[in-house]
Amino acid sequence: MLDYFTSLDPMAFVNALPGNICQGIIWGVMALGVYITFKLLNFADLTVDGSFATGGAVTAMMLISGQPIWLAMIAAFVAGLAAGLVTGLLHTLLGIPDILAGILTQIALYSINLNIMGKANQTISVDNYVVALSLRNVWLSIVVALAFVAVIIALLYWYFGTEQGSAIRATGNNPAMAPAQGININKYKVIALALSNGLVALSGSLLSQYQGFADVNMGRGAIVIGLAAVIIGQVIGEAIFRKRFNFVMRLSFVAFGGILYYIVVGLVLWLKLPADDMKLFTAIIVAVFLAMPYLSNKRKNSFKKVAAQNKKLSTAEGAQDG
Amino acid sequence: MAELKKENEQEHSSASGEKLYLKGITKTFNSGTVNEKVALDDLSLRLNDGDFCTVIGGNGAGKSTMLNAISGVWPVDKGAIIIDGEDISRLPEYKRSHFLGRVFQDPRMGTAPDMEIIENLAIAARRGYHRTFRWGVKSSEKKLYREMLAEFDLGLEDRLTTKVGLLSGGQRQAITLLMATLQKPKLLLLDEHTAALDPKTAAKVLELSDKIISEHKLTAIMVTHNMHDAIRHGNKLIMMNKGKVIFEISGEEKRKLHKADLLEKFSKQSGEELANDRMLLSE
Ligand SMILES: Nc1ncnc2c1ncn2[C@@H]1O[C@H](COP(=O)(O)OP(=O)(O)OP(=O)(O)O)[C@@H](O)[C@H]1O
Ligand SMILES: [Mg+2]
Repeated sequence: MLDYFTSLDPMAFVNALPGNICQGIIWGVMALGVYITFKLLNFADLTVDGSFATGGAVTAMMLISGQPIWLAMIAAFVAGLAAGLVTGLLHTLLGIPDILAGILTQIALYSINLNIMGKANQTISVDNYVVALSLRNVWLSIVVALAFVAVIIALLYWYFGTEQGSAIRATGNNPAMAPAQGININKYKVIALALSNGLVALSGSLLSQYQGFADVNMGRGAIVIGLAAVIIGQVIGEAIFRKRFNFVMRLSFVAFGGILYYIVVGLVLWLKLPADDMKLFTAIIVAVFLAMPYLSNKRKNSFKKVAAQNKKLSTAEGAQDG
Repeated sequence: MAELKKENEQEHSSASGEKLYLKGITKTFNSGTVNEKVALDDLSLRLNDGDFCTVIGGNGAGKSTMLNAISGVWPVDKGAIIIDGEDISRLPEYKRSHFLGRVFQDPRMGTAPDMEIIENLAIAARRGYHRTFRWGVKSSEKKLYREMLAEFDLGLEDRLTTKVGLLSGGQRQAITLLMATLQKPKLLLLDEHTAALDPKTAAKVLELSDKIISEHKLTAIMVTHNMHDAIRHGNKLIMMNKGKVIFEISGEEKRKLHKADLLEKFSKQSGEELANDRMLLSE
């Protein structure tokens, strides 16, 4: 036991920290995509495991074929849009339930990603290509990744404040009310899914640049990491800011959730816990955080309390009437 | 064929002043299964511009189904739904909403609970318009909504940025009512919109409905299980049974109507007692 603790070098954890933070920011972009579907649209979209790798694959092949990095990233984003579009059409036009529609696209994307790359893995060495960020220069990468996150948060804040963005939020929030207000919920579901997967693919693009390769399996379990970031971020943000937790903060805390998640990953690795079990830990963390709002609600709103509250409400209303 | 067309045209043109014409609409649920249910059976109804029609009938008579048919929740099997001379029976629900206002029985149905009061109203104010990249709530709207809500006298005017999910059922119905009428609808559909409220709040929301309908000269259909309300409100009353209109009364005649008349009419027309479990509970 003592041997185990003396074998842990605190400096090793600290040294690995910047890298973990950078990965966390990159995954934060992915989590922002998940936030759009999971929180705003109320749609459990599993496309992301596929579209994340698509973003990496497209980036790698564009670079290899001699295209500049900015074009490669735009292409990755567009490929993600297309993936989301497919899921959206499967769901709205063909009536396939949300989870199943996402899984179908995800499975299809596995083959498509293999076809894009021609094999399971493509290296994009920073020695041969100009990329936006790389683990060769972690600090610079952190700055670049943060800049991406900041711009994306600003754009999302703007978009979801517009008439169109409000229509998407209404669609997700109450699918009975939205059509009664003239909102074509199918259209807005498709738009939101496309946008979400565009961001996820962009995140995949950033990660492939950072790690120097794209892999057909790089998105496996991405949805769980994305959900972990979203949920951890929201729970912590709500605990700190309570009623002042506004939309910009929510978006920022999604990205922050990604960073936090990767710091925990770093901790797990540093503690020499078996890395093979990482996905298991993640699943447990997400399950706990998912259950937290439900359980605390249940405690707050026991039947007795609801009854008391209702009584208060109706007397208050009665007083207002009189 | 030419004759048929002419007949149609005649019907449409003779419809000046006619707001709604339900022309023999039929809707069967679960067709071809053991659960087959004819919910609307060749139902016809005409409403003139400015008519306020109340609807009563037993459980499962097809009252909600009639409003859903007009709203386009699903297409009807047969017949036509004509508003202002235009057949809308093929339009999808969200397009019909451009000229329909709706308030549902369940107060949770009509609003987005996680969005602010002002955001809900702003969405409704843009009903029928293209949703652009302009900001979702204009600053000039704030004042307008504040004034409108102040008239409701429910203390909502100072809570514009409150999430609707935090409001009581009565407050939500009042907001849904405002949302349904911000863009003047050609037809306002109220489906037992006070049934889930306590008596005092129900009376308040009903009074608001009356006020809005008369102020804006709206054409409206109101389903209610309260016979008293059905008689007291509106200028027209219909009674439904088994997917048909079995009794219709309007104007002076309706004003003189009594609850006992209605009960008697029902048993005479349908050969049954009028049974609506909620009706028995109300006075
Ligand atoms: N979507 C649906 N699918 C299957 N059956 C339906 C559907 N909607 C309504 N029905 C059936 O159609 C019949 C008429 O229902 P409707 O809701 O219109 O009655 P109602 O007159 O509004 O009654 P209530 O006073 O109980 O609200 C009922 O037998 C109901 O079960
Ligand atoms: Mg009903």
